[in-house]
Amino acid sequence: MIGHNSKNKKFWMRPKVIFAMFVLIMAYGGGIFSSVIAPYDYAEQDLSSVRQGPSMEHFLGTDFVGRDHFSRIIYSLRTNLIITFAAVVTGGVVLGIFLGLMSGYCGGWIDSLVMRIGDIFLAFPGLLLVILIAATIRPRLINWAREIEDTTFIEGLVQWGVIDYVIVFGSLAAFGWVGIARMVRGQVLQIREFEYVVAGKAIGASTPRVLLKHVFPNALPPIIVVLTMGMGSIVGAEVILSWLGIGIQPPTPSLGNMIREAQNISVLQNYPHMLIPPVLVVALLIFAWNLLGDAINDFFNPRSR
Amino acid sequence: MVAYVIKRVLWFPLVLAIISFVTFTMGFYGPGDPAMVRLGPKATPESIERMREKMGLNDPFLYQYTNYVFDALNGDFGESYSFSGRTVAELITKKIGISFQLGLAAMIISIGIGIPLGVLAAIRQGTLMDTFLVGFGLFFYATPVFISAPLLIMFFGVKFHLLPTSGWDGITSLSAIMPVIVLGFPGIAVMTRLTRASFLEVINQDFVRTAHAKGLSDFQVNTRHVMKNALIPLITVLGLSLATLVEGAFITETIFGIPGIGRLAVDSILSRDYPVIMAITLIVAFAFSLTNLIVDLLYCYVDPRIRLTG
Repeated sequence: MIGHNSKNKKFWMRPKVIFAMFVLIMAYGGGIFSSVIAPYDYAEQDLSSVRQGPSMEHFLGTDFVGRDHFSRIIYSLRTNLIITFAAVVTGGVVLGIFLGLMSGYCGGWIDSLVMRIGDIFLAFPGLLLVILIAATIRPRLINWAREIEDTTFIEGLVQWGVIDYVIVFGSLAAFGWVGIARMVRGQVLQIREFEYVVAGKAIGASTPRVLLKHVFPNALPPIIVVLTMGMGSIVGAEVILSWLGIGIQPPTPSLGNMIREAQNISVLQNYPHMLIPPVLVVALLIFAWNLLGDAINDFFNPRSR
Repeated sequence: MVAYVIKRVLWFPLVLAIISFVTFTMGFYGPGDPAMVRLGPKATPESIERMREKMGLNDPFLYQYTNYVFDALNGDFGESYSFSGRTVAELITKKIGISFQLGLAAMIISIGIGIPLGVLAAIRQGTLMDTFLVGFGLFFYATPVFISAPLLIMFFGVKFHLLPTSGWDGITSLSAIMPVIVLGFPGIAVMTRLTRASFLEVINQDFVRTAHAKGLSDFQVNTRHVMKNALIPLITVLGLSLATLVEGAFITETIFGIPGIGRLAVDSILSRDYPVIMAITLIVAFAFSLTNLIVDLLYCYVDPRIRLTG
């Protein structure tokens, strides 16, 4: 293939990466420092200025009870950030990588069991089961949380929406591990035949040592690619669940809630400023993750450009 | 080969059994009392108790589950909780056609637009056109349907009054245009990306250079030699695009108020209509497993280098 310039550029200097990182840093920076950046509280109502358009006071206008739209978007990013990372860390990194390493390296019945469970998960549209889990488990979990609050000194589990977070990231994590685990397993199956792994075993290294020291680092590049590519869909899944009304519950702001509130015909007709900002933020966020995943993929597999 | 197919087909009932068991357990231990749903909020505790007895809800869990499985094997999926008096089979057969038409139309536009765009991007690799098409693909790949749908509704439905904002008057009516576009868009993106990658893979092979060397025009090489080989891997996307379509249908049908099976699924999950949820999950799981098997077999058929083992 005739090489062109971008191929030789350093990873961080590629326009794709710069753009993606810019969006991600802005979005997640806003999320992390939401309480500093947001001019108003996300629940602060002002019934004297309801559904106003953008102005000096309210940068992106206000919603139907006079809450500042810009502040709500910033806080929504925090919500999304927490859930995305919780789901990726538990489902993708911990469960996915651990199960993938185990089943690839140990083989035998462990391998069959993990892969068959994965097959069953894959025989299913992920979103359907995520919705189902979230819808059936929610009331039960909330009851438990109330009981815990009543019997112990822990308080605010329900009120602060902790349960919502647990439900959303839990049901996403339950699904997130399959793809990663299959991919890691495939990598491990190749790597474990290499001489240095065989040599490691021969001189008596323990299984965890071989896995962590020799197998895992070499399987890392494709894992990073798949994880980054998957981030976009996890970001989207949180928004979908909240949009359907079974994810994050109001008044805790979520981009899904905001889109749903803005979505009926009369709002669209008269107050388009309620829909466009949250929709653009979600679209840009997902785009940035896909762009970054693509760039990392190019970096590790330059042939596929 | 035959052994492989038999093994895969035998795997079907097991998957369905496990999925039905999990869904049934969720329904059994999940929230909501079907008898209460059936009788409405004004029912007395006595009448609810009588209804529970009549519906067999007081029987032990395993008894209820085996009953369900035997009825389902005979094509009886029970009665819907929230649409009283309607059987699940009746509800689903009425709606599945609409979803099928919608999905098929979306698939046709995603293949019909996606493949030419992918070829274009590959032929013009490295140019502005390529960059634009790749960017377009990345933007719509994995961008949820509920991002594009409200924006389209806002511009074409509300601002310019060109298209109806919701409802369904059949696949040939104006009301079908926006849902089909919304549902097809992620598919276009996926097809563009994959066609481009697959085309580039083939374009650099020896037989293509030979074809150029013996004096064929670019057009002849691209259509006769490259295209034929580049389209093979795209068969695998068939399974993938079914997944995208089914997931997209939940949201698209809900947003546009289309009385299809996707909306039925979302509605019944929200109203805890477990018999309907069970039936839909089973149908979808069956369709998924079947598509995956067909894709594997097709793949083996078009590329004999691949040997199926299992």
